Amino acid sequence: MLRALLLLVSVVAIAHAELCKPDAQNAFKVRISIKTALGDNAYAWDANEEYLFRAMVAFAMRRYSSKSTTQISNVLLCNVTDRVSFWFVVTDSSKNVTTVPGSEVEAAIRMNRNRINNAFLLSDKTLQFLKITSTLSPPVEPSTPVWIIVFGVVLCLIVAGIVFLIVSGIQKHKKKNKESTERENLEEKVEVTLENGIPCEALDLKAGHINGVFAAEDERFTSL
Amino acid sequence: MEKSRPLWDNPLQFVFACISYAVGLGNVWRFPYLCQMYGGGGFLIPYLIMLIAEGMPLLYLELAVGQRMRQGSIGAWKIISPYLCGVGVASVVVSFFLSMYYNVINAWAFWYLFHSFQDPLPWATCPLNSNRTGYEEECEKTSSTQYFWYRQTLNIAPSLEASGSVQWEQALCLTLAWLVVYLCILRGTASTGKVVYVTASLPYCVLIIYLIRGLTLHGAVNGLVYMFTPKLEQLSNPKTWISAATQIFFSLGLGFGSLIAFASYNEPSNNCQRHAVIVSLINSTTSIFASIVTFSIYGFKATFNYESCINKVILLLLNAFDLEEGSLTADNLNEMKDHLMATYPQEYAQLMPQIKNCSLEAELDTAVQGTGLAFIVYSEAIKNMEVPQLYSVLYFFMLLMLGIGSMLGNTAAILTPLTDSRVIASRFPKEVISGVVCFMNCIIGLIFTMEAGNYWFDIFNDYAATLSLLLIVLVETIAVCYIYGIRRFEKDLYTMIGCKPNWYWKIMWAFVSPLLIISLFIFYLTDYILTGTLQYQAWDATQGQLVTKDYPGYALAVIGLLVASSTMCIPLGALVTFIRKRLKRERVSTVA
Repeated sequence: MLRALLLLVSVVAIAHAELCKPDAQNAFKVRISIKTALGDNAYAWDANEEYLFRAMVAFAMRRYSSKSTTQISNVLLCNVTDRVSFWFVVTDSSKNVTTVPGSEVEAAIRMNRNRINNAFLLSDKTLQFLKITSTLSPPVEPSTPVWIIVFGVVLCLIVAGIVFLIVSGIQKHKKKNKESTERENLEEKVEVTLENGIPCEALDLKAGHINGVFAAEDERFTSL
Repeated sequence: MEKSRPLWDNPLQFVFACISYAVGLGNVWRFPYLCQMYGGGGFLIPYLIMLIAEGMPLLYLELAVGQRMRQGSIGAWKIISPYLCGVGVASVVVSFFLSMYYNVINAWAFWYLFHSFQDPLPWATCPLNSNRTGYEEECEKTSSTQYFWYRQTLNIAPSLEASGSVQWEQALCLTLAWLVVYLCILRGTASTGKVVYVTASLPYCVLIIYLIRGLTLHGAVNGLVYMFTPKLEQLSNPKTWISAATQIFFSLGLGFGSLIAFASYNEPSNNCQRHAVIVSLINSTTSIFASIVTFSIYGFKATFNYESCINKVILLLLNAFDLEEGSLTADNLNEMKDHLMATYPQEYAQLMPQIKNCSLEAELDTAVQGTGLAFIVYSEAIKNMEVPQLYSVLYFFMLLMLGIGSMLGNTAAILTPLTDSRVIASRFPKEVISGVVCFMNCIIGLIFTMEAGNYWFDIFNDYAATLSLLLIVLVETIAVCYIYGIRRFEKDLYTMIGCKPNWYWKIMWAFVSPLLIISLFIFYLTDYILTGTLQYQAWDATQGQLVTKDYPGYALAVIGLLVASSTMCIPLGALVTFIRKRLKRERVSTVA
């Protein structure tokens, strides 16, 4: 009895070794970078994690093909390195000692990638299935691009400023015209101090006009 | 009865206006490049010598002319000598060309500013390709920041000939930029005077924030040490001195007529000598300050790229040899590489082409100038900082302030002669003249928003102002010193300021500065003649990098037209005045 059991186990082991080896047909390489993803909170990769992995792959296969025939024992892992990387295949228990086609495995993994990543607290980059390309999620885009909103706000402010300045300029101009016509009516009655025909207010007294002819020619005056 | 000329509210507004005009994008994106190329800290020696020999005297000259004549550039030079009205017209033409293309930079700054309000920043990652399995092909070949600049901002054509269509997003930003400029110049000195308080001081606030942030970045010291170590052997290279002279010349914005325009709104007793010294010193100090910030940013970016490169090599080796994570670090990388080479010679030999030699010096050596530095390098550094949105907004707002400050000066150079001339000013109010000028510039500026627009921008940037300005300033200096007479000018300054210029100013005006400008002019001419065909850098989307191409015939014609239209104004102006005087004399003689 015991000998028969041992024989069966060794046969299964040899069969498994034939199915699961690097670059075997329908085998996929997995590369895991726990320390990169989690830093100090990194867990060690041991047999329990391997069991979880096999469980997740079996789960993915069940969900994909929606027939509950895949068991955890159907998922074979081999060549685990320190990196951590390993190869896995999914065997088909209905047809003896064959592997499920790679395309099915790939589609199943793709469908459930998110669940598998989350089980290990990893992401697409840190839990890599080397032949399976991941569908990248596009960045969230709001319905109106943000820049147009900001542009609209700034544009409204600037246009409001321009309109305000133009309107106040026109109003000031009208007031000045009204004032000057009033003053002209006033000037006919009241004497305004004039300087050479120019009213004193209009003269730019602040700036002060220096007559260069007189100021420059100081050499002509004899010194005392 | 003359309407009194509008004045600045106080001398501080005038100084701020000059600083705002002179301190522009060139201080941020050209000076650090020159410093890096021509000897690091040693470049400061020719730079300061040229500042004293060329910068301060010419600046003082223009400010004094403007303040004395109290007219824009056309009127001022007409007073100095009627034959020199062409100089004023040439200044206005060059200012017109400059304002046409310069505001496009402000449009780009607006574009980046508006896009900074997103998380993550749009230039931080590549967009996905159509079936979402990877990134866009063009973005893969180059970096995400370059892709954002060349494809999503400019949508650049592969060559000058393939004009393409106007990009509506850029056209909108350009319109906004012109509206902002119009708002600032609408009321003349009344509005400009208030705006320059902001445009002159805000860039310094941002630069200080960036200095503190930059110096605390990881790897900033690498950049500072590398760039500022003086390489004194570069002092023997004549290009170093020529670049220093050119940089001082163009950085101060001489010859455009803006300084004359600003100074014409001064009170006649304003001490423009003191202001000239202050403005030129502040301009140079800002250049040095900005280059400290830029070099610390360079250092951060180079260190970041170097460490990414090392990490990529480590990952490659880990994956290829299935080693444990963490066994390869930056420190033991070289020893481990030797060990692996010895243990697995065949596999290592297979990997050899993929393993790059990461070098910090090579990263630091990438010298960039111009729009490339401002929009690509800086945005790449910003995306790696913490809270990148804040730094991005601050940075592009600073670029905007610098650009608008310079635009105010440019438009003042165009508008002051127009508002001075009684023919135009009596018929139209100031607001309408400003509006028409802004509108025309905006419409013409739409050329630069086309797909090939950036190539036209480069043409204008390289050729519209360089030769013409040198000629204009040369004629200006010779006119003031020899035609107007340096003694007469001395007396004018004495009446205005109250002290005569001392022998330093007189020697610089009469001999040193004209000689420097003549040598710069000769150098540029020989450089253009010797180069033969002019070439430009075109973006090749298939390779993801710039390639050199020759300008087509019509582009060369446009370049020739740009240079000729401004330089020819000077002799034409003299000729027209000469003919007019002859006709008047003949008319008088026939009448008498």
